[in-house]
Formats: sequence, structure tokens, C-alpha cells
Amino acid sequence: MSDETTTGLNSRKILMWVFLGSDCMFFASLIGTYLIYKGMGASHPGPSDVFDIPTTSVSTFVLLMSSMSMVFAYAYLVRDNIKAFRIWMVSTIIMGATFLGFQIFEFSEFYFHDHLSPQTNLFGTTFYALTGTHGIHVTIGVVWLGIIFYSSLFRNSVSSKTNLDLDLAALYWHFVDIVWIVIFAVVYLFGTFRGFPS
Amino acid sequence: MTTIPLKLPFKINLSRPVNPTGIWDWITTTDHKKIGVLYGVTAFLMFITGGIEALLIRTQLAGPEMKIIAPEVYNQLFTMHATTMIFLGVMPLSAAFFNYIIPLQIGARDVAFPRLNAFSYWTFLFGALIMKSSWFLGGSPNAGWFGYAPITTTTFNAGHGIDFWVVGLQVLGVASLAASFNFIVTIINMRAPGMSFMRLPLFTWMTFITAILLVLAFPVITVALIELMLDRTFDFNFFNTSAGANPLLWQHLFWIFGHPEVYILILPAMGIVSEILPTFSKKPIFGYAAMVLAAAFIAFMGWLVWSHHMFTTGLGPIANSVFTITTMLIAVPTGVKMFNWIGTMWGGNIEFNTPTLFSVGFLSMFLIGGISGVMHSFSASDYQQQDTYFIVAHLHYVLFGGAIFGIFGGIYYWFPKITGRMYDEKMGKLNFWLMFIGQNLTFFPMHFIGMQGMPRRIFTYDANMGWAFWNGVETFSAYVIAFGVLFFMINMLKSWGNGPKAGDDPWDGRTLEWSISSPPPVYNFLDVPKVEALDDFWVKKQKGITKIKSKTKPKDIHLPQASYWPMLVALGLTIAAYGIIYNLVVCGLGIAMVLITVCAWSFEPVNEPDAH
Repeated sequence: MSDETTTGLNSRKILMWVFLGSDCMFFASLIGTYLIYKGMGASHPGPSDVFDIPTTSVSTFVLLMSSMSMVFAYAYLVRDNIKAFRIWMVSTIIMGATFLGFQIFEFSEFYFHDHLSPQTNLFGTTFYALTGTHGIHVTIGVVWLGIIFYSSLFRNSVSSKTNLDLDLAALYWHFVDIVWIVIFAVVYLFGTFRGFPS
Repeated sequence: MTTIPLKLPFKINLSRPVNPTGIWDWITTTDHKKIGVLYGVTAFLMFITGGIEALLIRTQLAGPEMKIIAPEVYNQLFTMHATTMIFLGVMPLSAAFFNYIIPLQIGARDVAFPRLNAFSYWTFLFGALIMKSSWFLGGSPNAGWFGYAPITTTTFNAGHGIDFWVVGLQVLGVASLAASFNFIVTIINMRAPGMSFMRLPLFTWMTFITAILLVLAFPVITVALIELMLDRTFDFNFFNTSAGANPLLWQHLFWIFGHPEVYILILPAMGIVSEILPTFSKKPIFGYAAMVLAAAFIAFMGWLVWSHHMFTTGLGPIANSVFTITTMLIAVPTGVKMFNWIGTMWGGNIEFNTPTLFSVGFLSMFLIGGISGVMHSFSASDYQQQDTYFIVAHLHYVLFGGAIFGIFGGIYYWFPKITGRMYDEKMGKLNFWLMFIGQNLTFFPMHFIGMQGMPRRIFTYDANMGWAFWNGVETFSAYVIAFGVLFFMINMLKSWGNGPKAGDDPWDGRTLEWSISSPPPVYNFLDVPKVEALDDFWVKKQKGITKIKSKTKPKDIHLPQASYWPMLVALGLTIAAYGIIYNLVVCGLGIAMVLITVCAWSFEPVNEPDAH
């Protein structure tokens, strides 16, 4: 088949955007479920019993910084500066993994210390389903970036010519970040601020 | 399109199949035409199983207090009938047309992602088998096609029936999503030079809008199904009313998906009719731009009406009024389309062959279904119609008289292109009249008995209710429909092998698919066509420009190559799906298989051109 497309854009890039549009509806439904059930059913343990905003703020900050690092990695790849690209890739992957580490720590705190399990009440059910789904998204992103980084260790396998491969992964990564901003605001901040109607 | 694959750092043999033959050819194919045929044949077989389920339902209802089918089985029958017809019948039959026709209509050699296309088919096939295997593995789902929670939770519905429904629909959702991603990108990015959006054939436009609806609607039902799955498998509380869950959550999520879904079912049929009517009226479509905009408006409004399925749940007068108004508003663009179809035929030199008959049948039946739809869009009158046979009448007028008539018309219309043979016109007309009369005698009386209060989804009724006569008529007529479909099958089987040669352009067609040979060559177009007008092929024929000598040699054309991986990824998904029902370890193995095969897929090399 020819390389030419009607719009001049690569088809894989359009595919990625369409997928992200679809994924928006996926998260919207999960966040919608969370909001509908907010304050319903057994109220303890509830958001204000379990959340530790400073801790989650740190992990949120780390995830946001990983997006910046992702931008640097892409910028260096386009300039064919593979060494700098590798450094920023490693930093992105480490920050993504750090976020996941925080989430595992948080889940185990809630589960063992606060006795909040998905079966406990509606808050547990909706919270674990929503943040767990996001965590799975981040995990897929980390693995994806890991595969690209791993193949960059071998000669000439990653270069500015193949930047689309990284571009797609980066789009996904930024999207997952943005979703976390919404989750952090809607679930964590609204959940603990006094005066916000539950 | 070239994708530069990431290089594998270690050597394993991931070579592609080279020139597979026989069954391997069909399993590994990435040719959109073969996949289209696979889709069509599979979906038609599923349509037949759904029809058998319908006949069993009608047989049980033939007279009062019959005891042919036990109530438990009856519940499974109506659930499986609807699920089959919607997800395994109408949607994939439309997908068959998308696959076969869209690349031909936009002047492309294939879809944007041929392997993804194969993956859609295999996932659809396996999803259908998961769903249907429930009949042999301890009973089918029994909670109706919209499976209202909490009746689907383990508290009220132990056993595996609902599990099959939950995982089966998720697998089918993956298939539909993958196909829709593919068709959106294909239509945006694979159009021939000059094929601007406002020169797209209307069937392509309807496909595009359908795919956008699907991409946005399916995630919502997927979330609802995942929530139900977590409830059933891991004791989450989403629909556990004793933990304070709200049963309306399922209904909202389901219908936010469910209403766009009804347009996903009907828009492709509208597209087919919009191709058939201009061709056989020998006139361009009346109001092309209005047709496109009306469909876009219908698709947009489809998101703002879901609660009209829930008028009787007590949402309150304001919500009911708002959803009444938004629902009625949809009648406006639908009316625009209706008048444009009539305007297309008006004054035309109409040829009443089988596709035209089915299209005119579509118009009249869809009109009746549309009018009864406006009747219960009014929330006050819906209180009387909700859950009665009036609703059953409405939905069969739009889905059977509408979508299925459109699809049958489309099969007859494109049959000569796909097979190179002409069908038997006499038998086609007989097929139409049997189905048309059968449809009206089956579903029209349902309006009466619905208004008299006969509820849907009951396995029998008392003789004193006065519903026996019309029920008897309906059952008889359902068999008339079955005979119509039987004639269709005989016609297809006979003509596929032995019909007279059809020629490249038997209908004096308007769109690009008629400019190439029947059946189309594997590369579709020797030279990518240059499009200069709406209905470009027809315009060129008027100007006397038909066949242009081409210098391109078929062997120089790069075609998508066969691949094992799409089928294997779909198989992994299926193993994971059965694992959720029976054993979570198996589920883990299935997921691992998906991950490994997806990686193999992404690293799959491209064969050297010499190799084939």
C-alpha cells in the first residue's frame, strides 16, 4: 500500500486519538458511577477516614512531572539525541513506577489499616474500581514505555524516523495523567474538603 | 501505510504465512472482502439461530396456557433472541457491508488496519460462540436483553447464565470497538484523491456516523458490564441493594449506551436504502447535504434521550418532560430523511426489483415504527405502553421492518458485485412479499393486544383475556416470515454457484464499487480513482468516460499480508472470558496469551515483495 493518506496524517495517530476519545467515555462512566454513589450506603470508612492528601499530592506531583519528562524524551528523540532520550525515558518510567508504588502503598494502607475493601461499602466498591482501572492504565503505559526503552538499547532500532512509536505512547501517557488530575480532584479533594456536599 | 516496527533485540521466528491456501487462507486473511464475506455468513447463521429462538417463543404463545416451553426456558429464549438479533445479527450484518463496501466506495485498496479488521471478525465470532455456548453449558442468560440489575446479581440469579451474557457482551464489545476504530480511520484517511467528505456516498457517511456513535457508546456498557462482573465474581457492591446501591444506576448506564445503540442498528440500513433508491429511480439522491446533516443530528440527539426508556421509574415530571421533548425532536431529522427518500423516488424512472421493494418496504415499515415511537415518546402515554406488546410491536417495526429490510435489500443489491452472479429475481420478490406480509401480520396485531394490556416477557396468558385470536395470527405469520427467509437462503445458495453472470455494472450504478469487475480483484482498483463529483462513476458514465487503460500491473500493487496473530489474540480473549466464568487461573492464562500475541503482532515483519 502507498504511504500517502488522504489527510497526510499517519493513520496510527488518528487511531490513537479515536481510542482516547473512546477511553474518555470509559472513565466518564466510572467517575459518574463514583459520583452517583458518593455519600450513599454505609458512610464509614469514608473518604475523609482514609485519604491522606499530602501523600497523594506527592504521588500526583510525581505523575505530572513524568509527563514533562515524557515531553523531553520525545523532543530529544526527534533531534536524534538518543543518549538524552534514554535518560528521560528512564526518568519517565521511574516516575510512573513510583506513582504505582504509591498506589500500592495506599491500597494496602486502606485495606489493612482502615479496613476498607471493595466489599465493605459503596465507597470501597467505587473507589477501588475507579482508581484500580486508572492504575491498570498506568501499568500498561509503564510496560509500553519499557518496551520502547529496551529496544532503544540496540543499535539503530529507535531514531527520529520511528518517533511515531514514541509519539503514540506519549499521547497515551499524557491522557492517563490528565485522567488522574480529574480523579485526584473529584475523588480525593472533593472527598475530604469540609463543606463540600457529599 | 508503512509502519516502522520496533526492532526485536532477539531472534525468534515471527514470519508471516506466505500464500496460504484453503482454510488457512480464510483464517489468516486480511483482505477486507474476504473478511466481509466471513462477517456476512457468520452473522446470517446467527440471525437464523435468533429466528429459531423467535419461532419457539411464538409457538409457545400460539394459544392460551400452552405448555410447550417451560417458563425458565422461555425467559432464556426471549433474552437470547434479542441479544442474538441485536449483537450477533443486525450489527455484524451491517459490519459485513462496512467491510466489503466501504473501501470500494471510497476508492481504497483496503482498510487502514487490515490485521485489526481480521481481529474484529475473529473476536466477533468467538464472542458469538461464548454467548451461544451457554445453551449447552447449563442454561442461557434469562434477564432480558437489557439485563436490569439487581435481577442479574448472584443474589437473584445464581448459575452461569448471566456470566455468559456479561463476558460475551464484553468480548463482542471489543470486536465492535476495534472495527469502529478501523472504519473511522479508514474513512478519514483512505479516501481516494478528490473524494471529499461531501462527495462520500451516503452509505459511507452512515457508516462513519455509526462508528463514531459506537466508539462513544460501547465504553459505557463496558463499564456497566465490568461493574456487574465485579459484583458477580468478586462480591463488589455496585448493584447490591442491601449495601445501599441504587438499581437505577444500571438502567442509566445501560440506556446511555442503549439509545445510541438503536441508531447504530438503524443508520447503516438507512445508508443502504440511500444507495438503492437513487440507483433504481435513476435520479441523484434528493437533498444530499440535508441527508448527511439529518443523520448527524439524529446521532447527536441520540445521546440526549436515554431516559425515555425509564419514564416509569419515577424520575419526576421535569425529567420526564425534558426527555419527552428531546425524543420528539428526533422525529424532525428522521422526517427530513423520509421526505428526501420520497423526493428521490418522485418523478423517477423507478425499477421495482427486489432491492427497491425492500427499500420501499423499509420506508413504510420504519414510518409505522417511527410513529408508534413518537406515541410512547410522550411520557404520559408511555405509562400505559411500557412493558406491553405495544413496545414489542414498535421495536420490531423499526428493527425488523426497518434494519432487517434494509439489510436484505442491501444483500440483493450488492450480491452481483460480491459474487459476480445475478440472484433469481422471481424468488427475491417472493421472499420480499412473504416477509412483508408476514411482518405486518406478526407485529401489527401486537399493537392491539399491547393496548389491551398484554405484558411482554410472559410465557403464557389466560384464555379469558381475549388475546388468543391475535396471538394465534401472530404465530402463524411468524412462520410466514420464516418461509420468506427460507426462500432467501435457497436463492442465495442457488445463485452463488449457478446464477447468470452479472457483469461489472448490472444496475447502472452511481458509486465507485460498480466501476470495477464483479467480483472485485484482490487489489480492488488497478489505479486509485480520481474523484471529481458526487456520484463520480455515474457522472463519468454520462460524459462517456468509462474504462481507462491502466499501466499498473497487479503484481506491483502492495497488499496487506496474511497473519496468524489476529485470530490468536481473539482466541486469548476468549480463553480469558471463559476463565472469568469458571476459573480465574485460566483467565490469567488467557490474558497472558493476549499480551504475548499482541507483542508478536506488533513485531511481525513484512514479507519481502518477492516472497509472494
